[in-house]
Amino acid sequence: MKAKHQRLTLAVLALVALVGAGVLSAFALQDRANYFYTPADIVAKQPPAGQAIRLGGMVEEGSIKHEADGVTVNFIVQDGTARQAVIYTGITPDLFVEGSGVVADGKLTSHGTFVADSLLAKHDENYVPRELEGIDMTGNMTKTDTLVE
Amino acid sequence: MHAYANPTRFLSLARPLTPWLLFGGMALVLVACAWGILSTPPERLQGESVKIIFVHVPMAWLGMAGWTGIAIASISELIWRHPLASHAARAIAVPGALFALLCLVTGAIWGRPAWGTWWVWDGRLTSMLVLFFLYLAYIVLANETSKTSGQSRIAAIFGVVGIVNLPIIRFSVEWWETQHQGTSISITGKSTIDALYLWPLLVSAIGFSLLFAAIVLMRMRASLAETKVEGRLKRMAAE
Repeated sequence: MKAKHQRLTLAVLALVALVGAGVLSAFALQDRANYFYTPADIVAKQPPAGQAIRLGGMVEEGSIKHEADGVTVNFIVQDGTARQAVIYTGITPDLFVEGSGVVADGKLTSHGTFVADSLLAKHDENYVPRELEGIDMTGNMTKTDTLVE
Repeated sequence: MHAYANPTRFLSLARPLTPWLLFGGMALVLVACAWGILSTPPERLQGESVKIIFVHVPMAWLGMAGWTGIAIASISELIWRHPLASHAARAIAVPGALFALLCLVTGAIWGRPAWGTWWVWDGRLTSMLVLFFLYLAYIVLANETSKTSGQSRIAAIFGVVGIVNLPIIRFSVEWWETQHQGTSISITGKSTIDALYLWPLLVSAIGFSLLFAAIVLMRMRASLAETKVEGRLKRMAAE
């Protein structure tokens, strides 16, 4: 075997081992590398009341209710399968709107309400111009084409 | 593979190519940014801050493409002993680190108004920060080892190992729940970014790629010249 071929075989073997190790460790991290719990995770894992957790999901349409004090807001976070009631006191980010994503730090109370200490908005992968708002992405593309022309 | 292994032949190609890449890249970046910033509408939720995408995304892509380049050069150094490979890998490292850093900085600037925070430790942001640190480590390692001797193989092995991080960056938003949004641009499927933003973004990405290539060629030429001078000085000292 030529030295070049020997090196090639060695490099290929090393690469396979390396990528295998990477994939395996990413796989082992699966749950722990999640940045937040979805409402479905909360249903499945039942974290104890008072434990600090991070909740993420979509703000349910029509669920945002402001209380009389002006800074407390009640809303529901949903992920398509489960729903979670949230209460937060403080200033909400600009992107915090119904139907948009949200990530909240806080804990569950014994009544099952999530009390958030901090609130971050989460943007989704859709980038839509403001004037096209409300048009779904499939219709949107054709509309855009006419706009460009 | 070895057609351009000869440094003289490589230089005869690199020398005339550099200004074209440099000025072509600059022109495309200027056109794309003017187009993207001045003539695209505000985004539905983000408003005007969407426009940082025309810099942020090309920086992220090229930060990752840079390490891919380092890994390819490192493999050709280790297996085929390609004489230009160690120069190429070292030439890529500095602009690669710069672009990864700019990706992190523009992302933080966007994150403050959009998310409400400069930084979170989610899968995407953390793995991108790791890429930046890998570049810094590579630069230190490459500076400590000579380009021409067998020592250089330590840097090359590090260059190959670092590639493990690239699929983690790419798929972090799919494997894990992250603060960072999912993938918007797809080559095979449908992109979820409106064409009004997508086109200037692609032009900007091509422009920054040409600039990146120009920087790499300039650094490779400088690196080859240095090696030549070192060799000449050694010969003069021996005479």
